[in-house]
Amino acid sequence: MTAVQMGLTIAVCTAATMLTRFLPFLIFSSKEQQPPEVVRYLGRVLPAAIFGMLIVYCLKGVTPFSGSHGIPEALALLATIALHKWKHQTLLSVAGGTLCYVLLVQLVF
Amino acid sequence: MQHLSRTVSPALPHPCLRALRAAFPQTIPVLAGYFVLGLGYGIYVQSLGLPVWMPMLMGTVVYGGSLEFVLASLLLGAFSPLSAFLMALMIQARHLFYGLAMLERYKGYGWRSFYMIFAMSDETFSITCSAVPPEGVDKGWFMFFITLLDQLYWVGSAGLGAALGTVLPFSTEGVDFVMTAMFTVIFLNQWEKDQQHGSALIGLAVPLVCLAVFGSGSFLLPSMGGILVLLLALRRPMEKAAGEVEE
Repeated sequence: MTAVQMGLTIAVCTAATMLTRFLPFLIFSSKEQQPPEVVRYLGRVLPAAIFGMLIVYCLKGVTPFSGSHGIPEALALLATIALHKWKHQTLLSVAGGTLCYVLLVQLVF
Repeated sequence: MQHLSRTVSPALPHPCLRALRAAFPQTIPVLAGYFVLGLGYGIYVQSLGLPVWMPMLMGTVVYGGSLEFVLASLLLGAFSPLSAFLMALMIQARHLFYGLAMLERYKGYGWRSFYMIFAMSDETFSITCSAVPPEGVDKGWFMFFITLLDQLYWVGSAGLGAALGTVLPFSTEGVDFVMTAMFTVIFLNQWEKDQQHGSALIGLAVPLVCLAVFGSGSFLLPSMGGILVLLLALRRPMEKAAGEVEE
């Protein structure tokens, strides 16, 4: 990507973000007005789906049939999940999982 | 300008300052969280080879943790503005509902309203939607400073992380897993909150299929489309599973 394309990509993401933040204030004036039922339904079910998609997005570069076969990713994911099930501390789980991965790719694989 | 027309005794600080003083303690938990995650974010973006000021720029204009992580990695790929726009819309869609909840609270403060809407984050929302300013403290300034402090913590920590990344005496290889770990934990938290898990499974399955079919360079658009279509098509059974529809 060129610098201009990077700038455009950032601008486009900023615009989309601002759309989601300002839109309710532009179209609704009071709490009594509610968006259509289908929009509220998506509001309930979309977050889980989006974060599922983002996990796949993060792991899109994993090559199960070559290189390290995705073993460090799988181990670090398991560590993250186990840590989270155990302590339920978001920051601890993120830091622990990342540290686990860093150690695996730098020292083992 | 109400504060000019009033006689201000030296013992009583400017209303603006008083609001700042009242707002700060409310934001301390956010400071802790943003500091750790912001540092990680800064180091991560720097490790991708992007300019050292990039995390601060994205933290200022986009200011949404999840999207900023994804955006940094999008900047390394092929130029695809439509995909980036839709991705951003879907990641940030929850802000629509924060806005709906804040319609009345955030109204009537002029440019401060504008800034508070511009810089609404999950964490800021969670404070300003419930925090009550102490007596004698202006509510507009109070919420404004909570918003401003939170964003400063994020941008500052991101900058610090990026700067640290350039001088760390050890390799940052593998730090990019911070994004995977973060989304995994958010996914787990969401899983525990949800009555039904259909949408979570759709969110994993559709992109996996699209990744296999379209390859890693162009699977995002079909994934987003597929997720939306499936969620809409399965609305009845999903609402039933969540206990939202009576038999």
